[in-house]
Parts: sequence; structure tokens; C-alpha cells
Amino acid sequence: MDDRRVSVGAGAAWGEGPRPQTEGEAEREPRDLGPLVEELRAAVGPEHVFTHEHQLRTYESDGLLQYAVTPGAVVLPDSTAGVQAVVRACHRAGAPFVARGAGSGLSGGALPVEDGVLISLSRMRRIVEVDLPNQRVVVEPGVTNIAVSQAVAPDHFYPPDPSSQIVCTIGGNVAENSGGAHCFKYGFTTNYVTGLELVLPDGELVQLGGKELDPSGPDMLGAFVGSEGTLGVATRIWLRVVPKPETVRTLVAFFGSPVQAGEVVSQIVSGGIVPGAIEMMDNLSIRAAEDYSRAGYPTDAGAALVVELDGSEAECETRFEQVVEICEGADSDSIRVARDEAEREVIWKARRAAFAAMGRIAPNYYVQDSVIPRTRLAEVLGRIDELGREYGLQVANVFHAGDGNLHPLVCYDGSNPGEAERAEECAGMIVKACVDAGGSITGEHGVGVDKKRYMPEMFSDADLGAFQRLRCAFDPEQRSNPGKVMPAPRLCGEVPGPYRRHPLEQAGLAERF
Amino acid sequence: MASATVVSPSSGAELAAALAGAGTTVRIRGGGSKLSWAPEAPAGLELSTERLDEIVEHNVGDLTAVLQAGVPLARAQAQFAEAGQMLALDPPDRGATIGGVVVANDSGPLRTRYGGARDLVVGMRVALADGTVAKSGGKVIKNVAGYDLAKLFVGSFGRLGAILEISVRLHPLPPATASAVGRSADPDALSRAALALSHARIEQMGLDVRWEDGAGAVLSRFGGLAAVAQAEAAQRLLGDAEVVEDDDALWEAQRDAQRSPAGMVVKVSALQTDLPALIRIARDHGALLVGRPGLGLFWLRLDAGDPSPLLSALRQRFTAVVLDHPAGVEPGPHEPSGTGARMLAGRVKERFDPNHKLL
Repeated sequence: MDDRRVSVGAGAAWGEGPRPQTEGEAEREPRDLGPLVEELRAAVGPEHVFTHEHQLRTYESDGLLQYAVTPGAVVLPDSTAGVQAVVRACHRAGAPFVARGAGSGLSGGALPVEDGVLISLSRMRRIVEVDLPNQRVVVEPGVTNIAVSQAVAPDHFYPPDPSSQIVCTIGGNVAENSGGAHCFKYGFTTNYVTGLELVLPDGELVQLGGKELDPSGPDMLGAFVGSEGTLGVATRIWLRVVPKPETVRTLVAFFGSPVQAGEVVSQIVSGGIVPGAIEMMDNLSIRAAEDYSRAGYPTDAGAALVVELDGSEAECETRFEQVVEICEGADSDSIRVARDEAEREVIWKARRAAFAAMGRIAPNYYVQDSVIPRTRLAEVLGRIDELGREYGLQVANVFHAGDGNLHPLVCYDGSNPGEAERAEECAGMIVKACVDAGGSITGEHGVGVDKKRYMPEMFSDADLGAFQRLRCAFDPEQRSNPGKVMPAPRLCGEVPGPYRRHPLEQAGLAERF
Repeated sequence: MASATVVSPSSGAELAAALAGAGTTVRIRGGGSKLSWAPEAPAGLELSTERLDEIVEHNVGDLTAVLQAGVPLARAQAQFAEAGQMLALDPPDRGATIGGVVVANDSGPLRTRYGGARDLVVGMRVALADGTVAKSGGKVIKNVAGYDLAKLFVGSFGRLGAILEISVRLHPLPPATASAVGRSADPDALSRAALALSHARIEQMGLDVRWEDGAGAVLSRFGGLAAVAQAEAAQRLLGDAEVVEDDDALWEAQRDAQRSPAGMVVKVSALQTDLPALIRIARDHGALLVGRPGLGLFWLRLDAGDPSPLLSALRQRFTAVVLDHPAGVEPGPHEPSGTGARMLAGRVKERFDPNHKLL
């Protein structure tokens, strides 16, 4: 695949930051997908097939603007049958396709394939069913994350809450196994998906699970969630929703350094407390966010720690007092406890602003998403500091402290020759440090195109070969979102024969699995 | 069934080599407590994980652990408990190993709060039929790198490969527990109470139902520093209920009812609102019912008598899987019920075990 790297452009969260400069590419010839375009028009209606360069450009990047590829065509089906017709047409033509939700992903997971078809699911935004007695919601993939919680308010909610939740879609969340600030306690998308209707890359329609838990057989549903669009297209999703906690208590405590705040996190967790959310910002992110959000965070603080407990009133009160004591015992410079929802909102405002506010520190940044075992925090933060100095770049840190998910933001100025490359290299070294500490290259953003080169840091050739077996079971021609996740293309060998009865089956001694 | 050669490799590499070298069909076994759940098949070779019994890591500060597949769950729990922690998987014990619990997707009352094996396993190392040793996931609780192959092995009954090592997420042991218990002999009243609790804005550590000999109970368990206060809140919600502080035996009985040494146990995947119908089926067939109403997972146990009327009554409406069973009753099914899902499971099997070495 021809990933066109764009040298400028901010690795900003959804909707933020400048568009990449793509002038050099503007005069590309329209692609010729041949008779496929007519088939696509027949499948979804001509008005829902885009082939003009300026229309295609809208879809050339997802939330990670460093990468841009213009697709051959964009189609917007509005039903499962439409998706199936499109995928079948691609299958017949041997054309690759990429499914896309809101395009807010941060790993280039929805980056189009040149001369391939981009399937935008933005028209499939129906909430099919809200079954509150059974605590299930059935949605189409284009429904936004926040819409699910809104559909079951005020007594229930849908816990996975990526910070892009007002725009990101459930289909995208399924592809990426999205988390969010509350996943330390509540888990990830995979813990809440009970069923999926899928269009496989050959156009077959398959349902895995449904409203009930524990469908018999291997957990293929669980294997699909987080597969980043490489196994097929989810066209309907069954979700579990849960009762809202009775009460929520939030505080922000300020410390001299992230290491000191990290020590507090360890004390909280080892005290048997499972916070609903526990988030940390370092001085650089505090300054950026404060400038932007005016939440009243002291800009000289070395670290801000947001701790939120939720649950039963009685339990929460007791535990919250413990958290305050731990913070005080660790010489917190100051502690602010939210007395009401408005004050809670102010505390969160600064945390949520952190990514978007980075533009105030540097014109561009490169965001990482590595995970470390929480007990290695001090050591890894030390290493990140070292790397920042070595590369002469500022590195801000914002992270989900409970689960050790770091978001180091390597700041740079893309207009300085070579600085983008240096930032990327520095970010790569940070990822390596995290993996060396026993962690992961990505906690919630996904591998996409952006992190596939780091996959060999974590997985051996044999591990990748096992992944490939799953891929080949679902997509032997590898036309569904090709070029993502795996560090290098691999072939799918032939399976031996179309259907071969085992001698034991023939003898009636064993059943086929 | 012809007796198979039993081999107990002393390392993952040895097990993988034995699997690769096997010129016959192979069955993987752990503690042996659930072997009868899979259809009887004439394996030429049985590979036991009994010597793969090392707790490889217990990272107390990170609340994670890495266990070899043959580690008896009870032994792991004892070690975790010393640090005030637990693996929140509590199926009936009976000598089960972590590997066996995961491949059979077995679970107990803690599932209501903490999820099942699929939700607690964060990484896995497996040996495939051709001897390939591969890992997926990792040791950290949050990780989306690569495919989540570990999920595929949950509920796989050993047919895709042998689990060698499992990384799990741990949870703090609650400092105290207390339960609210409501009783009723009316299936509808009992179900209403269970649903009220599963929809209440309270944080339960367990929510179970039991129907036995014409009478039922709803059990709502809480853990924490304020366990009793929380249980009292549930008591108020139930109206007529008692609060039990020393509640371990109550929950042990719930777990225990998921097994029948001589009879039949059927696991039913249903919905919360199916509870009244299931209680009636249990009542009409003299079966004992336990389960997690908030999850829609129920176990019906029939210790004696002809199990077929109960089984057919269940299968008219529900996905019902036979676990423990008397002679003459087939266990399972352990394959997907839908045509498409079954086709896909077949394709997965072809890629992981093309020669159908694993039964």
C-alpha cells in the first residue's frame, strides 16, 4: 500500500488541528475502478457513491492526519443489505475496501486504500432497539457512542467512554475495542458487546451472539472486537448497558511531580480501592490545558491527579475519605473536591482539554498510546524525560493512571526541517521503553497503520503467524482494510480441500467442530 | 472408549513438541473435572497439563498474574488471597485448573460484577496443533495490540490448540461481605425482585437466584467497607428480606448447584425477562435452578430421573448446553447454533488445526 506521509499536520484529536497540506497531490487522475463503480451505484444508489477527487479528499485521513490516501470511491450504504451488496461487488472485482465510522480514530485505522472502496457507515445511525428490561441496546454501526448512553438515560449508561464520544461511532469502537477514562473500573468495548451482525469480506452475512451471553463455541465475537476492520464489517451491534452508579465523587490533587502522584495511585489501588477513573497530567499538559480551559489548575504544579470514585453512597463516602487521606499523606500541594456536578465538570474540563490544548505548546505533536505495568511508572517516566532531552523535544504526559495507559505527546514544529522525523523517532523510542517494561504498544488507539511497525517489538513471528490464521479464516483474500495491524503482508495458504471429512467423522466417532 | 496414552509434559515447549509429533488424535486435559462435558471421542493421545503448574508471576502492585494452564485454581486463589487479592472467577472448584476453567468458559456468582473468563484473561500463550507456540495480548490490563486470540480459546474446549499460559487481571478481595436474601414461592414475584435488583443503582458483587423444591430465593451480595449498609439498602428494595453477614455458605451453595455428580446440569443462555418461564420449567420438572439473573445465565440441575423431558422443554425456547450428564445424554453442543457462525467456526478450525488432530 502506498501510504502518503504528510509532513505537516497535527496529530490532534478529532476535528482539531490544521488540515495537512496536500497541494502536491491535487492533480491526480481520477481513479478508474472500471465496472465496479456501476455495481456500487446499483448497490446503494448513484447519489451515495462519490468518485470526484474533491469528494474523495474528505475521506483521505482519519483523526491521525499524518497519513492521507485518497480512495478510489466512497460509498454510503444505509442498510445491511446495502453493505452486503457493496462488499459482494468488491469481492467480485477483487477490490479492497475499508469501513469507516466517524473517522476520529488516532492510528490511521480508517485510512483508505488507493484504488479501493471506502465504505462510510455514517448513514447507518439507527438505534434499532432499546430493551431496558434486558439491559440491551441494538444499534447500527454509525450510531455515536454518546447516543447509546442517552438512549438509556437517566438510570442506565453505556460505560466505554472514549474522549471522542460525542462523535465517534459504535462501529468504530467495535473495530478499535475503545476504552476511555472509566475503563479501569468498567472495562472496554469488548466487555459490553454481546452480539454482532457481520458482513464477511466475501459478502456472507453472519451473526455472532445476540442479546444472550455465552453463545456456544469459541468466542469469535470477542476475537472480532478490536480487529480494526480487518475481518469484515459490523452492520448491527448488540450492547449491554448497566445501571448508573448511585453516586459519584471527584477530586483533583496537585503534586510536585508525576512520580509522586504515581506513588499515590499505587497506594490507592493497593488499598483495595477501584476508582471509576484516575487520570494524571504533568506540568506541561497542565499549563497547556489551563491556558485553554481556565479550570483553575495551578500552572506551577508538577502533576495533577484526578480521582473519581463511584458506586453505592455508603461505600463511596468511606473510600473517598481514604483517598483524601492518601493524597494528604503524600504531601499533596492542594486538593480540590468537587461539591457538585458543576465543580466536577470544571475538574474534568482541564483533563479533556489536554490534547486539544497542546497546540498552545507546539505547532504539532505526535501522540503515543503505550501501556506499562503501573508499578514501572517512575522508571518509564524517567526514561521518557531522558529521551526528550536526547532528542531536544518537549514531551508532555497525559495518562490513564489506573491502567498504566500513557499518552506521551511529543511536541515538535513541522516547519523545522527534520523535526517531524526526529519526533517520530523519539516517539518510537518511548514505545520501545514501554514494551521493554512489560507493556504494550497501544492501549486504546489501535495499531492501524501508525503502530504496525512496532508490532515486532511485542510479537514474535510465530505470534504474528497465529494472528494471520484468524485473518485468513475470515478474509482469505485480505481485502478488508488491508495494510493495517500486521507489520508486513503475509499470504493465506490454501486450506486443504473444500470440506474433508475426518476418518473419525466418517466412522461416526467424532463430530465436526 | 479405548484408553489413550497419557503424557504429562513438564514445559510448554515439551507439550508443543508432543502435539506436533503426535501421529494420532489428541485430547488436552487439565484437572479432569469437566472432561465429560465434551463428547466422548477416541483420542490416541492425551496431553495432561498437570506438570504445567507454576504460578509464573504474581504482580501484586499491578493486580495481574501469569499462570501456567495446569495451575489448580484453588492454589492460585490461596496465593492471591495472601496479598488481599483474587482472580474473580469462582466456578465450582473440584480440582479444576485455570486452563480447564477457561477452555470450558466456566464461571460462578462473581461473574455478575467482574465478568467471565473472557473479561479477565488479558493474554495467553498457546500451542497450536502443528507445534507452533504463539502468544496474544500481554500482561497489562489495557492493551489492543494485535488480535485478541485469547478470546477464541475461551469456550473452545481445546479444539483449537492447547493453552500453555494465561495472564489474568486480579481484583482486590473485599474487606467484608454481606448479603440481602429475599424469599418467595411465587415465580413471578421472585423474578420481579431479581429484576428490580439488577436494574437498581446499587453496586452488587453478586446477584443470584435459586429455585428448589417449590420455593425460591434472591441473593444480593455486597463487598466493601460498608458491605452491611449496602446490603441493608438492597433489603429495603426487596421489602421482605433478611441481611446475612456471614454469607460464604450461601454462595458456596449457589456454586455447588452448578454440578450434579450423578445427574444432569444444563446451562441456559437466556434473557433476564426469561426468568419466570425458566423457573416454571424447573418447577414442572423437579429441577433445581440457580443462576445470575442480571446476566441471563442459568444452570438447571436434575439429580435423578429421566432428564429428557426437561431438556426438550428447555430446548424449545432456549440455548441449552448439557454439562454434567448421566449415561445416555449427550453433552454440549459446544459449537455455535447459527448456520453462519457455525460455518465461520469451521473456517477458524481449518486454519488452526487443518488436520483435525485436536478433538
